Amino acid sequence: MEKGKAVMGSGRRWAVDFTDNSTAPSSRDIPDPPGFIRASIDQDDSALSRQKKDAEANWKAQKAWEVAQAPFKNLMMMGFMMWMAGSTVHLFSIGITFSALWQPISALQGVGKVFEPYKDNKVDLLGPKLLFIALNLGGLALGVWKLNTLGLLPTHASDWVSSLPPAQEIEYSGGCIPLQ
Amino acid sequence: MAAAVRFFILLLLFLSSLNPILSLYEDQVGLVDWHQQYIGKVKHAVFHTQKTGRKRVVVSTEENVVASLDLRHGEIFWRHVLGTKDAIDGIDIALGKYVITLSSGGSILRAWNLPDGQMVWESSLQGPKDSKTLLLVEKSSKVDKDNMVIVLGRGCLHGVSSVDGEILWKKEFDTQSLKIQQVIQPPGSDFIYVVGFSSSSLFEVYQINAKNGEELQHETAAFTGDFSQELSLVSSETLVALDAARSSLVTISLQSGKISFQQAYISHLVEGSSGPAVMLPSPVTGIFAVKINAVTVFIKVTGEGKLEVVDKTEHTTIISDALPFTEGQQAFALVQHEGNKIHLIMKLADNWGSDLLKETIEMDQQRGLVHKVFVNNYIRTDRSHGFRVLVVMEDHSLLLLQQGAVVWSREESLASIVDITTSELPLEKQGVSVAKVEHNLFEWLKGHWLKLKGTLMLASPEDVAAIQKIRLKSSEKSKMTRDHNGFRKLLIVLTRAGKLFALHTGDGRIVWSLLLPLLRYSENCQHPMGVNLYQWQVPHHHAMDENPSVLVVGKCGQSSDALGVLSFVDTYTGKVLRSFGLDHSVAQVVPLPSTDSTEQRLHLIIDADKHAHLYPKTPEAVGIFQSELSNIYGYSIEADNGIIKGHALKSKCVGKEADEYCFGTRELWSVVFPSESEKIIATVTRRPNEVVHTQAKVIVDQDVMYKYISRNLLFVATVAPKASGEIGSATPEESWLIVYLIDTVTGRILHRMSHHGSQGPVHAVFSENWVVYHYFNLRAHRYEMSVIEIYDQSRAENKDVWKLVLGKHNLTSPISSYSRPEVVTKSQSYFFTHSVKAMAVTLTAKGITSKQLLIGTIGDQVLALDKRFLDPRRTVNPTQAEKEEGIIPLTDSLPIIPQSYVTHALKVEGLRGIITVPAKLESTTLVFAHGVDLFFTQLAPSRTYDSLTEDFSYALLLLTIIALVAAIFVTWVLSERKDLQEKWR
Repeated sequence: MEKGKAVMGSGRRWAVDFTDNSTAPSSRDIPDPPGFIRASIDQDDSALSRQKKDAEANWKAQKAWEVAQAPFKNLMMMGFMMWMAGSTVHLFSIGITFSALWQPISALQGVGKVFEPYKDNKVDLLGPKLLFIALNLGGLALGVWKLNTLGLLPTHASDWVSSLPPAQEIEYSGGCIPLQ
Repeated sequence: MAAAVRFFILLLLFLSSLNPILSLYEDQVGLVDWHQQYIGKVKHAVFHTQKTGRKRVVVSTEENVVASLDLRHGEIFWRHVLGTKDAIDGIDIALGKYVITLSSGGSILRAWNLPDGQMVWESSLQGPKDSKTLLLVEKSSKVDKDNMVIVLGRGCLHGVSSVDGEILWKKEFDTQSLKIQQVIQPPGSDFIYVVGFSSSSLFEVYQINAKNGEELQHETAAFTGDFSQELSLVSSETLVALDAARSSLVTISLQSGKISFQQAYISHLVEGSSGPAVMLPSPVTGIFAVKINAVTVFIKVTGEGKLEVVDKTEHTTIISDALPFTEGQQAFALVQHEGNKIHLIMKLADNWGSDLLKETIEMDQQRGLVHKVFVNNYIRTDRSHGFRVLVVMEDHSLLLLQQGAVVWSREESLASIVDITTSELPLEKQGVSVAKVEHNLFEWLKGHWLKLKGTLMLASPEDVAAIQKIRLKSSEKSKMTRDHNGFRKLLIVLTRAGKLFALHTGDGRIVWSLLLPLLRYSENCQHPMGVNLYQWQVPHHHAMDENPSVLVVGKCGQSSDALGVLSFVDTYTGKVLRSFGLDHSVAQVVPLPSTDSTEQRLHLIIDADKHAHLYPKTPEAVGIFQSELSNIYGYSIEADNGIIKGHALKSKCVGKEADEYCFGTRELWSVVFPSESEKIIATVTRRPNEVVHTQAKVIVDQDVMYKYISRNLLFVATVAPKASGEIGSATPEESWLIVYLIDTVTGRILHRMSHHGSQGPVHAVFSENWVVYHYFNLRAHRYEMSVIEIYDQSRAENKDVWKLVLGKHNLTSPISSYSRPEVVTKSQSYFFTHSVKAMAVTLTAKGITSKQLLIGTIGDQVLALDKRFLDPRRTVNPTQAEKEEGIIPLTDSLPIIPQSYVTHALKVEGLRGIITVPAKLESTTLVFAHGVDLFFTQLAPSRTYDSLTEDFSYALLLLTIIALVAAIFVTWVLSERKDLQEKWR
């Protein structure tokens, strides 16, 4: 679509706009057709739309909960994959573990975006959001746990000691068998 | 970060558990290694005069080598290195096809085939006592006659057939005290004279039948005075001896077995001469030489024993052996020094006045004086005589002189290396193009194109040869500048001749050589010898404009109280910066850990009276030293008494006049081994320049053990005095080997272990927290190797992760030996097939890379053995976790993998030592093995994990990148076009 617009803007010299979205009667030069009363339609609309909006809000709330529960499936799948990958360090297990870590993190970064479509004054998104975050944190925890089982987390004394240089000695002693 | 490090360590472990093969391919030989063959200082030389196409000379040397050299280029045709105890006493050619050598104090006679050096026969000669050894090969004009070899050795005279080495007869002499001086065979006769002294004034002559050893005649004559035991053979029936006062010459004639003396005073013969005379060996008929003070006098013996002075010279003169010239005539050469020139004079024995040849040859100052001269003649195309002269110089080098020029020379000094150190090369300075030899772009491209062809298996045999040539002749490796990986260095080598060499590690060439003036004979220093080399100054701050220097420590003589000499040599230029004699002896040299502001390392020289002398002698050095005085200790090992003593330093010398650079010592502790049950045979410490990366050893399940890393540990091995001899001299019941680990600050024995039924020789290496030693097990009749690993138990409690994370631990705080750390040791023993000549361990720059033991085997090769095979935690059935850690299942003997010979197909004859030097690249270590031969190579004990391999094709990589970029462009253009077409649809 975007490309089309660009082409339109640059390539074509003229255009006819067949749509008219102006609703304010004052802006219209042409009078309403006879028998058409604009006000009544507006009134009807408002009653109808209220109904519609309620349904939409319900639907949005429902959808938001669904979206919030989605990572659970992911979690199960990840768990299965990790079980398959085993606990030795190789390319496959490392790839899986890092994706298991990356997915929740990226999901958590985009919490706002995920629930954007369901944003509504009447819909309470706090519950779904919290569930979503909790599930993703669960996924993250799973990833970290996997990382630990792979032995890639510095949770042992050996991880911290290995980089320590040997202690310096205070005394210095030299000597040898006397030179012959 | 830690996780990443861990990941890489795990990856490394994983890779290393793939059983690394350290061998190299055939075409990799010579890429990073070089091998040089030497023979040592020549003692005897015999020219091969047979009419074969190639002219050769057979030599025997002080390194117990018999070799045949090409006279044209000085190359070795064949060479045999006899054992270290098998010193060669004489060499000659018999029957024109055998080289006869007499060795081991006259007890082994061998014949070698002249063209190819195969041994033909060997005879062992027995006798009651040590004596002078002489080898006499009958020169017979008749070809088919069985020429006899007459050997004097071990107090007996033997007649040996030169064809098969059969001992035909043996003659023992009745007189017990007889000291045989000469064995003479008058030409064309069937008897031999054996002359000697049975007391200081009693002269004896035996006339012996050369065919069967029968004694024909025995004469004894007493001289009125005493003899000095110096005897010179003038003709087959005339000898000249010096009397005990060294003031008169006695002519002894053996007219048909009758002895007659004639005495002549030197002062009468030579006017104005005084002082004791010394006889110079002269094999020329009718003439002998006597040296009085610095004057050499040539004296001719005329008929009836009359002496006549023919010449006198004040130059240092060396006389060659006699050369049978024309019918019945002998020629000989005289070599005289004058400045940096030598005069070579050829004379006929019976015509002193005229010279056959007189040449003056320019000589390199760094070669010193002429020590030995051997002459040979050849017939020129115009049928005149030409002479070849083989000269042995003071620096042990061997030169061939012909027509007034040096035809070739061999630096034989390198066969007897005393000590080695290394020096960095100069940094590459901008503007100064050292890389003149760099290829131009076209050649570079061509080389890479060839390489690429090789990688893609498209190369023809000619291309393969060209690739190999490029690889071997890479100018990169022999540049005179420092490289990024630290592969290029200078090996500074001190040899027994007192000559210092700088060898380039890239191709082994001699960059400079220097005959140290202080290590040459002088009035004050009669028997100088180089002892050790130390890195004196290694500039880091001003590496661009300061040169590093080394310290050469020498002594004037063998005794412990001989005065020392010091020389400081610039390692870039090979010039002596300073050198001086010391007023004290040198018993030990201790390089200290600190340096002064000019980056000169402080050295303590301990003399025989246990005074410590500080060098450099500057107030600044004293200031630095004083501040550390209380923490500097010393120890001395008195191997003969079985005592190890520890010392602390005092601020003043006792019993000496004020010398602020002299410090006294006081005894702190001593470990006394009971002399009736223990004898020290080996001690070893850690290399002072060794770097240890970590103090922790991670074992199964991420558990940690703390290594006990101390520089102040001494490994001592003692054996039962009865078992200190050769293997087999003691029964298993009366022999034992006890090893100790001693802290040299406090004298505390950290560990003691005894091996019953074992004995030396012990070879050991000490690295990080472990010792590996090699000994003989008499019960199992096999060699064994044991490992001891030392762990610090007092740190074992540091296991709380949170404390470590927050840094609340004392693992990096300085430790003192006086804190009495608790140690535990683990050890294990294994059988090992080879006996060992030398042992070393690889050193790397940061100490991360796993270690390999380098074992110099009895076959003069160097074997690399992974330290993992010597791990005391090996068990017969390791668990899965232990296997993952890299523990190898325990076997009773250590495996010898033929591919892990570092020296591949080469031999380092007479192997004496192996040193390792870390390169800048962590994975790589430089190995230098020396003996009679030299061998250098690079080793990567865990393979080169930190660099691309040498045969990595950069061209292929470049090509791939270009292809990928091109593909990206093409597909982008195509997709654009396709999009446009979509739009128009």
